Amino acid sequence: MASKYSNLTFKGYRRDNGRVGVRNHVVILPVDDISNAACEAVANNIKGTLALPHSYGRLQFGADLDLHFRTMIGTGANPNVAAAIVIGIEPGWTKKIVDGIAETGKPVTGFSIEKNGDLKTIMDASRKAQEYVQYASELQREECPISDIWVSTKCGESDTTTGLGSCPTVGNMYDKLLPEGIYGVFGETSEITGGEHIAKARAINPEVGERWYRMWKAYQDDVIEANKVDDLSESQPTKGNIEGGLTTIEEKALGNLEKIGRTSKYIDILEPAEQPKSGKGLYFMDSSSAAAECVTLMAAGGYVVHTFPTGQGNIVGNPIVPVIKITANPRTLRTMSEHIDVDVTGILRRDMTIDQAGDALIEMIVRTANGRFTAAESLGHREFVMTKLYRSA
Amino acid sequence: MAIPHVLAHEHKDNVAVVVVEGVTKGMKLLGVVTADDSTFEVEAKSDVPIGHKVALKNLKKDDTAIKYGEDIGRFVADVEKGGHVHVHNLKTKRW
Repeated sequence: MASKYSNLTFKGYRRDNGRVGVRNHVVILPVDDISNAACEAVANNIKGTLALPHSYGRLQFGADLDLHFRTMIGTGANPNVAAAIVIGIEPGWTKKIVDGIAETGKPVTGFSIEKNGDLKTIMDASRKAQEYVQYASELQREECPISDIWVSTKCGESDTTTGLGSCPTVGNMYDKLLPEGIYGVFGETSEITGGEHIAKARAINPEVGERWYRMWKAYQDDVIEANKVDDLSESQPTKGNIEGGLTTIEEKALGNLEKIGRTSKYIDILEPAEQPKSGKGLYFMDSSSAAAECVTLMAAGGYVVHTFPTGQGNIVGNPIVPVIKITANPRTLRTMSEHIDVDVTGILRRDMTIDQAGDALIEMIVRTANGRFTAAESLGHREFVMTKLYRSA
Repeated sequence: MAIPHVLAHEHKDNVAVVVVEGVTKGMKLLGVVTADDSTFEVEAKSDVPIGHKVALKNLKKDDTAIKYGEDIGRFVADVEKGGHVHVHNLKTKRW
């Protein structure tokens, strides 16, 4: 049935694989930590490109190495990226990432430093990067139905106002846009603790709910119980959460889960950085609750706009995905307004309904998709943080 | 409606959140239950920062704190109606 949201459109970049991006980045992607310097030199040479330095990529193995490749390939494959240069110390792993990104059909070339040195690599990669940035700068936005947009969510520096205002705003958006055919994702595995009975029941069917529960329980047993030295006070909830009035993980979890609204159900569970394969709808991604890690993983999963409720004022951004900040906390709005995109403080004053707040967020998603810089983009927040599962060999 | 000082999610909740700055001891607080916008009053027994919780009834050590209509932890000290509820008197039942 057509709703008032069915005819919404935005102007995006349609890629060869049919996906639609809302940004048009040319990224210079290091395979490993020691290739950061070359990538940064290329980005310095060629204006309009973006280096994505990170800390890992050497001597990883098993599931941790799989996650590294998935994150690298997913980042390059994200529709917000028009073209990619990949630079690694040696050609083997470099090629693996290039081949993964190339499946999207977008331009991508790899360079390796051994037998060339930094200077020749930088020169060769810079010539290719110049070609790519000129190619990308001629691509045009076209009108796309709202169903072409993939929207992720994760909240941060949460407080009691996020559960009352900004998280229900995201939930209302999902309740309205998921029926229109968008892809959504939420995650933060540890942060569901205390609300796991609710999260399990919000699966599309009991089989998916059971898989969700096993995933949640595995993190409890294998990571928290194995490594904790106390009740995680000051970590989960964080010091900032506690300053904002959140007292227990249960309280934080219940506020967090407001982000999936009243009617939305998740249809499948994703590994960290995994791209959805079960069609349109809402997914849960097994992920950290740390903002930069979680947003990086969701971006690698192919999501192109992120909605981020905050209470005390988490300032995180992402290099390739615009991060829209929503707050209901009047003190945060007053003291940190340059970080906030959507003001829903009216919910606490009872002069704005959740329905109105959801519409305001949808309007901001469309404006952001059309090209409006988010607060985080305008401030240069480009946090790109790999998730590491265990120590390298 | 006048601007509320505290919000509770559900009628079952025994704590509510201060949503304005400047709540001080002795203030008569206007409360709203967001589930149906019904109102209530509670007197603050101490200064309470924005975002922090007050008790909506007299609560005893080992009672369960209810918010969103759900269990959010265990009281580890008595707290009177209107008293500040936070890490000094409420703890997780997990971990």
